Amino acid sequence: MATVFTKPKSLTDAPFHYCPGCPHGIIHRLVAEVMDELNIEGKAIGVAPVGCAVMAYDYFACDMIEAPHGRAPAVATGIKRCRPENVVFTYQGDGDLASIGMAETVHSAARNENITVIFVNNAIYGMTGGQMAPTSLPGQVTQTSPYGRDVKHCGWPIKVSEMLATLEGPEYIARVAVNNVKNVKNAKKAIKKAFENQIAGKGFSLVEVVSACPTNWGMTPEAALKWVESDMLPYYPIGVYKDRSAKEEE
Amino acid sequence: MAERILMKGNEAIAEAAIRAGCRHYFGYPITPQTEIAAYMAKKMPKIGGVFLQAESEIASINMVYGASAAGMRVMTSSSSPGISLKTEGLSYIAGSDVPALVVNVQRGGPGLGGIQPSQSDYFQATKGGGHGDYRMIVLAPASVQEMASLTIKGFDLADKYCMTSMILADGTIGQMMEPIVFEDEEPKTYEKPWALTGTECKRPHNIINSLYLKPEELEKKNFDRYEKYKLIEENEPMWEEYMMEDADICVVAFGIASRVAKNAVVTARSEGIKVGLIRPITLWPFPVAPIAAAADKVKAFISVELNMGQMIEDIRLYSQCKKPVTLCNRTGGMIPSPDQVLESIRKVEKGEN
Repeated sequence: MATVFTKPKSLTDAPFHYCPGCPHGIIHRLVAEVMDELNIEGKAIGVAPVGCAVMAYDYFACDMIEAPHGRAPAVATGIKRCRPENVVFTYQGDGDLASIGMAETVHSAARNENITVIFVNNAIYGMTGGQMAPTSLPGQVTQTSPYGRDVKHCGWPIKVSEMLATLEGPEYIARVAVNNVKNVKNAKKAIKKAFENQIAGKGFSLVEVVSACPTNWGMTPEAALKWVESDMLPYYPIGVYKDRSAKEEE
Repeated sequence: MAERILMKGNEAIAEAAIRAGCRHYFGYPITPQTEIAAYMAKKMPKIGGVFLQAESEIASINMVYGASAAGMRVMTSSSSPGISLKTEGLSYIAGSDVPALVVNVQRGGPGLGGIQPSQSDYFQATKGGGHGDYRMIVLAPASVQEMASLTIKGFDLADKYCMTSMILADGTIGQMMEPIVFEDEEPKTYEKPWALTGTECKRPHNIINSLYLKPEELEKKNFDRYEKYKLIEENEPMWEEYMMEDADICVVAFGIASRVAKNAVVTARSEGIKVGLIRPITLWPFPVAPIAAAADKVKAFISVELNMGQMIEDIRLYSQCKKPVTLCNRTGGMIPSPDQVLESIRKVEKGEN
């Protein structure tokens, strides 16, 4: 019988621990498919965050390290500066990358560190049970904003892609989503480009993936994907925010 | 042939690190250790190495974590407030069992403290600093020569035991110049099969990690790590003894304090006082054997420290409180004079504590 669908070989056989309906599975798969297609599993080194994806080191078949909360870009910098021939990526959530690790994020982007960053933005702290994130929307109800995020009290959510795109340093900054088939396909293209950029030595490439957290949003998986479309994407529009090489080619 | 050169203590550390095969340095400026970064910034690009000024001490220790995980000899350096920031990373490095060399050229604290020499990070260095059960090998140089030789030794011990070696120096030794000799020695190399090199699809993936959600696994990890620490306690303590053969009084001091103390010991001997000095070179593992032996021979100990009395607790512990231990100290960036130490020795000789 012909094989029509397989697990990417850049994923191990370890079963994911993610909740039902969590898009981390899709995003892991996209990263692994890209590693397969670029044939880089053997030279890839991944950096796992603190947060829901902390155990990504068990899922990706390449060499892996688990970084302190928010420090993945610094750990990746150390690896890449030692082993420029390897392909080094981080996989981080919004609390990790945009709150505690913002300094590491901004400065690795400013240095145009030749690494690939997969940034999963689901507007909430998932692992700790649904607290307000730096990307939680105005009015969003979370465990630590039970009356809705009051921007007068705790400020505005951070648009990471727009902010990083103002820097001279980074090569490529794009925001994608995984709430429907078309967006998943486009997300894969952006992730592939972010890895290709590193292989070509072009520098810091970050893909912000707008994701969902049905469990902590208190929604069914289907309702969560609808909320991505109706509430998240208007605040976090999909698009390429910086692409230096494309601009230079114009 | 070995060359004799005049060098600043901080520069001696940097040069020794390069000679030990370190080609990756990640740091952040802080007085009084910035000469290390300056030296590395100048030298590394010319020898195919990497010097990178990080955005913070936190980032720099995590760059060290990554570089070490990638299998390299790597170091960072800082001073007291900066080391506090690095302790998160030090805990992860300990929990992941990877080697690193970290230099602390101590200044006075707590808080922003001052920029003058201090030994007030003894507790932080020898008792942990970061969270969790862990140790670091702590080496305390007392001369510019030792800044170099202990740096090389520190890299070897770090690689041998897969853990952090800390050079616990102070602002005086960091800033002063002395003639030193570098032996022409090839750096030792260690197999690192655990390193992140890329699998080449030829081996199972290596994982560098400190997370163990199952308590029985985490407990086993800690027990295993402490077996390693036990070996180090048995095999690696280093110390110097001076005029201890017939001593009635034992002065204990490390780093710059030991040089002041040694002067006082010499003067006291000329006055007929039988006093000697034990100088711990490793602060962890603490030189338990000579302190325990002295406890059965001498009538009293004097701990000379540039802090409010930190090592004194270990002297009491390992002498099993058999004899009184007096503190002779200055702090906040002040250094005791030989006369102050001499006065302490005279008082103890007279039985005044």
